Amino acid sequence: MHGQGFFFQAFVYLGAAVIAVPVAKRLGLGSVLGYLLAGMAIGPFGLGLIGAEGEDVMHFAEFGVVMMLFLIGLELEPSLLWRMRAPIVGLGGLQVAVTTGVIGVVAMSLGFRWNAAIAIGMILALSSTAIVLQTLAEKGLMSTDGGQSAFAVLLFQDIAVIPMLALLPLLAVEPVAAAAVAATTEHGASWVEGLPGWAQTLAVLGAVAAIVLGGRYLMRPIFRFIAKTRQTEVFTAAALLLVIGIALLMVQVGLSPALGTFLAGVLLANSEYRHELEADIEPFKGLLLGVFFIAVGASVDFGLILGDPATVVAAVGALILLKLAILLVLGRMFGMGFDQNLMFSSSLAQGGEFGFVLFSFASQQGILDPETTQRLVAVVAISMATTPVLILLNEKLLQPRFGTRERQKREADVIEEANRVIIAGFGRVGGIVGRLLRANGFGATVLEYDSDHVELLRKLGLKVFYGDASRLDLLRAAGAEKAELMVLAIDDHARLMGLVETVKKHFPHLRILARARGRIEAYDLLEKGVEHVYRESFDTSLRMGVDALRALGARAHHAHRSAQKFRRHDEAALAALGTARHDREQYVSAARHHIQALEQTMLRDIQDRDELRDAGWDADSLRKEYGGE
Amino acid sequence: MLEGVSPDTVAVKKRVLVLFAHPALEKSRVNRVLIRDLDRIEGVTFHDLYEAYPDFDVDVEREQALLVEHDVIVLHHPFFWYSTPPLIKQWEDLVLEHGWAYGREGTALRGKVMMSAITTGGREVAYQPGGHNRFTIAELLRPIEQTAVLCGLDYLPPFVVYGTHGMPQHEIAAHAADYHRTLRALSRGTLNLEAARKYDRINAELNAILEE
Repeated sequence: MHGQGFFFQAFVYLGAAVIAVPVAKRLGLGSVLGYLLAGMAIGPFGLGLIGAEGEDVMHFAEFGVVMMLFLIGLELEPSLLWRMRAPIVGLGGLQVAVTTGVIGVVAMSLGFRWNAAIAIGMILALSSTAIVLQTLAEKGLMSTDGGQSAFAVLLFQDIAVIPMLALLPLLAVEPVAAAAVAATTEHGASWVEGLPGWAQTLAVLGAVAAIVLGGRYLMRPIFRFIAKTRQTEVFTAAALLLVIGIALLMVQVGLSPALGTFLAGVLLANSEYRHELEADIEPFKGLLLGVFFIAVGASVDFGLILGDPATVVAAVGALILLKLAILLVLGRMFGMGFDQNLMFSSSLAQGGEFGFVLFSFASQQGILDPETTQRLVAVVAISMATTPVLILLNEKLLQPRFGTRERQKREADVIEEANRVIIAGFGRVGGIVGRLLRANGFGATVLEYDSDHVELLRKLGLKVFYGDASRLDLLRAAGAEKAELMVLAIDDHARLMGLVETVKKHFPHLRILARARGRIEAYDLLEKGVEHVYRESFDTSLRMGVDALRALGARAHHAHRSAQKFRRHDEAALAALGTARHDREQYVSAARHHIQALEQTMLRDIQDRDELRDAGWDADSLRKEYGGE
Repeated sequence: MLEGVSPDTVAVKKRVLVLFAHPALEKSRVNRVLIRDLDRIEGVTFHDLYEAYPDFDVDVEREQALLVEHDVIVLHHPFFWYSTPPLIKQWEDLVLEHGWAYGREGTALRGKVMMSAITTGGREVAYQPGGHNRFTIAELLRPIEQTAVLCGLDYLPPFVVYGTHGMPQHEIAAHAADYHRTLRALSRGTLNLEAARKYDRINAELNAILEE
């Protein structure tokens, strides 16, 4: 692509997204529909700003789906995945098998040959992982019963694409050139295509083993090494490298890249880098998926529809209704509640993005003629575009009418690892806070920037995550929305202040306990409205002072009481002097400021000396009054 | 300033301060119920001393100000070793300063009312001459009574909940209702102080002393 062409395209895509998505969200339609509408608007049948190259863009942007599965994998601990095996194989398998059969029979009754009918049934059985998961996640429905089931089905479908690719050539009545087998979901020839069958199998197993072993034993030391450089962008680069590398490897051995990255994600789900990886990949995934949806919108061939509107509309309607009916029956069989089932079924009742690839592959194999292929691709694209509408209809029209109240009850179940406390910085200060909380049975989510430290703490069995806590996305990933308390114990004062600002702005419900190095830093925090401020050396210094008093002959209790009173006095002075400091600050340097603050405090000490003794235990006045006796 | 106040608004006549001390409230059964919603009663200020001063660092200025602002002081605590939990003693030592609470110039508390509110594990029969504890509650509370008198406070018979060990929930709830009634009456001035003095504990015969 030429530079200017690229920039122009980027401008058009981004511009369309920036305009359409906020409008769609404002109207309550969700971002996916916004992207799709934007695509239709700028596509060949709208403003014509993008033309045939839209399809290349679509293939490129499909990579967003790969990233999405990586992220989903990160959210899914292996144990959770294992628990989902029944819905994945049972529900997913039945959905693909039954839908293939029913649509196949319908196709045959419409006059298609048996092989074409099976191909059509198979391909239309798939749903759109990208649209469904994005829409469900946006609506916060992923953790519901229906959302989990939809995910299970989609996962099975993604796996099923691979045997389908292998099966299609067998359906070809007249054998085509064998090389066409190489056309997997991505372009380019694979290493294994020339090898005999057993070697191909071996290569596949080897690749999967490489991902499993690498994910288990290699990735964490590598990420730790990279994290030590403390260069955020290098970590991002490493995360992207991992995803792209696995995708490439998978394509080379003829497996689905989405599946490979999903697997890698699952293996990293338990690692301390999970939140950081999530935060790094998320924006790329979001943008790529957005571009992908725009491209889908742009590829809807309105010419074809207008040429024969009745057939296309009927086909789309029939596809959606058939899939919906099958899904509803299956959902019922698997014991889903009625409104969960409605949500599950209405979200999966469309064609999927793999349909584009598989249809063109089937056409190459001579199973389908080009005109039918064109029409089917249009049907898939339109049905994908209707998905967000369908989900919306279900939500706005069906649920209020037929929905039971069951949904609210279920949603709370699946929230994982929502600790009430987040501790940022687990060093000298945060570590002690965390240990005390743990000793009292309160778990905390810990964010720590020092990767060596993270490694050690995890070995000790603590739930510690690597990452820069001042990043909004990381805070969100760590559960800041649900937490109640935020303990800020990071060393670097500037970063801590940034974090205070982020938390106050985005998570105002969080109660902040903040560490300050000394007086000046405490002033900063008090000024920002942080109520609980702790000068890190204050208590230790007081204890040292107590011991000094005792060494000089003071009674232990007297020394202890003096320190208690001194603390109260000093904290009051801190609040009082802090508010007035800006007037002074203009005239003095920072170093001078420290001295002046000390001077002010000490003057106050003298002034309040009377307040610093325990008059109740002081018999002076009593002696004066009754001393005569 | 308005002509005639509507009869159903009972004005708060006296401000009541409940000084509550329990070192392990999380383990308490009875006191937890007694203090529930106490601060919702009009005219009552609930002050949880162990919550305010876990390290016994009583803020004398603040405590004295609170005392001045209120007319009735209730010392509410479980009866530990025939006395108060230690924080109340610390509070007395530090807050009731000579020259402020007592002594020639110590008149800050004069004319106010004081009452103890206590819970005991033992039953009433145990607090009798010849009983397990040999003395009555009134006798065992003498140091507090004398403290009050020295400070010029009018000391009422105590509100006592006996036999808290294994007390069933409905009984606890009944005592809590009595306690709240008593405090409300103290605040509205509908508790007949003279009648109350005839009893060894104020909640012995509540209906006889409340003018509701």
